[in-house]
Amino acid sequence: MSAGTDTPATGGGTYAPRPGAAPLPRMIAAQAALETRMLLRNGEQLLLTVVIPTLLLVLFSAVDIVDTGEGKAVDFLAPGILALAVMSTAFTGQAIATGFERRYGVLKRLAVSPLPRWGLMTAKTLSVLVTEVLQVLLVTVIALALGWSPHGNPLAVLLLLVLGTAAFSGLGLLMAGTLKAEATLAAANLVFLLLLVGGGVVVPLDEFPQAAQDVLGLLPISALSGGLRDVLQHGAGMPWGDLAILAVWAVAGLAAAGKLFRWE
Amino acid sequence: MRNDPVVQVCGLVKRYGGKTAVDGLDLVARAGITAVLGPNGAGKTTTVESCEGYCRPDSGTVRVLGLDPVREAAALRPRIGVMLQSGGVYSGARADEMLRHVARLHAHPLDVAALTERLGLGSCGRTPYRRLSGGQQQRLALAMAVVGRPELVFLDEPTAGLDPQARRATWDLVRDLRADGVSVILTTHHMDEAEQLADDVAIIDAGKVVAQGSPEELCRGGAENTLRFSGRPGLDVTSLLKALPADSTAAELTPGSYRVGGKIDPQLLATVTTWCAQHGVMPEKISVERHTLEDVFLELTGKELRG
Repeated sequence: MSAGTDTPATGGGTYAPRPGAAPLPRMIAAQAALETRMLLRNGEQLLLTVVIPTLLLVLFSAVDIVDTGEGKAVDFLAPGILALAVMSTAFTGQAIATGFERRYGVLKRLAVSPLPRWGLMTAKTLSVLVTEVLQVLLVTVIALALGWSPHGNPLAVLLLLVLGTAAFSGLGLLMAGTLKAEATLAAANLVFLLLLVGGGVVVPLDEFPQAAQDVLGLLPISALSGGLRDVLQHGAGMPWGDLAILAVWAVAGLAAAGKLFRWE
Repeated sequence: MRNDPVVQVCGLVKRYGGKTAVDGLDLVARAGITAVLGPNGAGKTTTVESCEGYCRPDSGTVRVLGLDPVREAAALRPRIGVMLQSGGVYSGARADEMLRHVARLHAHPLDVAALTERLGLGSCGRTPYRRLSGGQQQRLALAMAVVGRPELVFLDEPTAGLDPQARRATWDLVRDLRADGVSVILTTHHMDEAEQLADDVAIIDAGKVVAQGSPEELCRGGAENTLRFSGRPGLDVTSLLKALPADSTAAELTPGSYRVGGKIDPQLLATVTTWCAQHGVMPEKISVERHTLEDVFLELTGKELRG
């Protein structure tokens, strides 16, 4: 029974070939939906993206632990917690999830599916954005309940959130695509913690010595929390300085990730 | 169309660091089932991954369904199905969820429920991947390879670590794929798998194809098949040889242990036993040995297949 004499039948069988890629929008939507479900189903991810920001917001608003300056504590805290939410999803969550997807061969398997690589990255970004929308809604509702009175230009807020997401995504993917999954897990959590403390999220930067402030002010988390605070708490116009810092981080991070990311 | 090669590899060389994984490999696979057989580390996975577009050859060319798997990946990917040796699934994804997802990436996927049922995954559809047994994970990976209704499926050691029952279920599916016109390239280090399934077998050793042909051709091409029996020592083998067809051989290997070589068929077996009856010999431990791919491999490389 060599292939020459006993040729396989073709036609109406169950497995008869009928190849074809699904339309791109459908593939990207399916991928984004799956990634979002994976994220929302993961307990550790929820701890980072929902529980910790919510807890910090409620705790620091209710108890006078740090000096948040003049005015209501929640007016100082809410913008910082929004920045933290963006960092937790775009950086920490995305880095850890992508690191393990690389480790478990998910990225390798998807690489031979009809979904192109840029489609996968688009889906990941959409999934991050969907998660962030949910986070922003949650934080906003809780903060309003705590007496938050936000000011400022919504467009400036949106621009800050988008650039912040781009900056943190670049850094998260850079980490996930170059380190081992376990190293990414450890490093992403450590960076999250350090930036939470030193990035103006709940502790005002002016609590630090001037020299430290100059350096910390250049971090993406400080630019994001500072920019959001200027707009939402003080009603400032476009925070160009902070936007510029975030843009530099975004370009550098995404370029480095694009160049150094290893799929296997 | 049908006899156009589905895979054509010419002079493929692939090195990792200082190690040469594939060393000038030539392989042509046509429609049907092609088994790439070889010991661990022979270069099977590297060869298959070159066909899947994972790695760019250091030299040589690879064509799959007439396409360059690296440069024409976008055109090729929807037409092939891939089962990796392990992994490939989100650890938190449920079996049916992942399969449904892969189905959604294709234009005309198979019915997911029927496929899960067919592969015995129906009962674990809600179980997260990380909690599936090794065999269930393997079958899910197989389902993911075929759900998009590809023309050509690559299976990298599809039955490694499966129990006999699951192994047979996998073989049955592979045979059904073939019957419906899907071509299959599978790697294995089980010679029985290659013998059972393949229309064509390519034996790989140290990064090269050392033999290729149908299992029958390969087994025929090796040393002659033999018939062995035991009897009292000192039988007249010259007389036995006279009774046998012209191109046969007969010898007493050790006292009382005889070997007959040549075209071993039922007629020859009857001739030997008749001769024994005529000479008052009770042939004990009579056995016919067909050469297996394992013997062929041993002959070609001097190595055991299950390295």
